Amino acid sequence: MKLLYFAWVRQAIGVSEETFDLPDDIRTVGALAERLRARGGGYASAFAEFGRLRAAVNQEHVPFDAPVGTNDEVAFFPPVTGG
Amino acid sequence: MIAEIRIGECDFDAGAETEALARRCEGPGAVTTFVGYVRAEPGLTSLTLEHYPAMSEREMSRHVEEAARRWALLGVTVIHRVGRLNPGDRIVFVAVAAMHRREAFEACEFLMDYLKTRAPFWKREERDGAVVWVEALNRDFDAANRWRR
Repeated sequence: MKLLYFAWVRQAIGVSEETFDLPDDIRTVGALAERLRARGGGYASAFAEFGRLRAAVNQEHVPFDAPVGTNDEVAFFPPVTGG
Repeated sequence: MIAEIRIGECDFDAGAETEALARRCEGPGAVTTFVGYVRAEPGLTSLTLEHYPAMSEREMSRHVEEAARRWALLGVTVIHRVGRLNPGDRIVFVAVAAMHRREAFEACEFLMDYLKTRAPFWKREERDGAVVWVEALNRDFDAANRWRR
């Protein structure tokens, strides 16, 4: 799967995208976020508070209980501030 | 319904875009427009906008489709700039053409409220030499929620 990070999430982690082999036991966006947080370092600070994060799967906004699959593009970012 | 959605670093001419939309729609009774600017605030030297390119245009297309389901619209133009901007620069343009003003006014507000709360853009400010990410405002989400049904 492809992971994308934007704004301060990207800054904290230090990369804008990466590929990730989705383990069988991860089935939701929230479980994926927990696994990424467990990597520590910049990931731990980026994923410290899920309430400050939003997610998209395949370019559509989703809640953290949404399912994820091996070929998905998953993005994590702060609430949007365009316009 | 004719929709035009553009995202890029280029500035736009709001007057020319308004006329172009009116011409494309061949005789609308009303065109409403909104132009968003970088506010001039003490200490603010620049604003940089980033976006999620694969999603931002798709997301804005979904907003335009939703607006067209709710109101009888003839055409819509949405332009959103990205990159580094200075106070006074234009950021965003929304124009809506319809046969009557009410549809045009309401759909324009709806599109801006959706764009502010759902389109994947992020602003960071350079303020007194420090760089800070702009925080999302609750009032923007309240504004968008009033369109829920």
